[in-house]
Amino acid sequence: MAYNLILFYAFGAVAVAATVLVIAQSNPVYSVLLLIASFMALAGLYVLLDAPFVAVTQIIVYAGAIMVLFLFVVMLLNVPREEAVAGEIEAHESGSARAFGTLLTILMGVELAWALGSATRLGGRFAGGQRATAWTVREIGRILFTSYAFAFEATSVLILIAMIGAIALAGRHLAEKKPSPISHPQSPITAGSDKWPG
Amino acid sequence: MAGLNHYLALSGLLFGIGATGVVLRRNLITMLLSIEVMLNAVNLSFIAFGRFLGAPDGQIIVFFVVTVAAAEAAVGLAIVIALFRHVESLNPDSFRELKG
Repeated sequence: MAYNLILFYAFGAVAVAATVLVIAQSNPVYSVLLLIASFMALAGLYVLLDAPFVAVTQIIVYAGAIMVLFLFVVMLLNVPREEAVAGEIEAHESGSARAFGTLLTILMGVELAWALGSATRLGGRFAGGQRATAWTVREIGRILFTSYAFAFEATSVLILIAMIGAIALAGRHLAEKKPSPISHPQSPITAGSDKWPG
Repeated sequence: MAGLNHYLALSGLLFGIGATGVVLRRNLITMLLSIEVMLNAVNLSFIAFGRFLGAPDGQIIVFFVVTVAAAEAAVGLAIVIALFRHVESLNPDSFRELKG
């Protein structure tokens, strides 16, 4: 089973490298595309963990739907570079705030180290309960619609509320009927119209 | 054979990268992407625990986390669009006034 370890390190390296680059990029379009690469590597790890259903969900829902939504908003807002607010941050940044932030950072680092340390101790305890085969979609669906039926139904309400909220937040200008400052005059898409093209 | 510790260490690493992104970056879109990274790191640990416990619950919780992440992304991006319409910037330091 050495190939398992090799694949883990390969997928893990891709995931970590892509995620670091997501944070390091100044252009959000590259960030989104690199995050899709990271999600693909994570899907590979899910396959290694005998969870093919989640791997496919990861690719279809995360990489296919959520990241496309991000990409769409990045293209819509058309702000490729991160601009710095010049010199305004230092003005109201006091020494005590800095000390407090440093303290919180150290606390979080200690907490993470402690959590990882105790996870290392836990590792041997879970070795016995492994299943020989992966869970099939049929089994997962049965559990989802019996034991987790309430949570599943609550999820549908959550999605409905999120949909209403998103439309109410982003589409407020449609009710107000005022020209939006988002339509840049230099943009070729919105140059012809004074209204938001929605 | 990659054990549970391997996956948990990778998950912690990815979560740390995501948290660093939220703290360091000054771009709302990248901050939302970092939150997605953190959610995925937690998903990985859920799947790893479920696999090594021999239980399907890890995968089902990941299913719900993905749903919540979709809702979060939709509302978060709607808020970003609404904010950008007021102040033409994605820098969170430029949103200082509660009055529109």
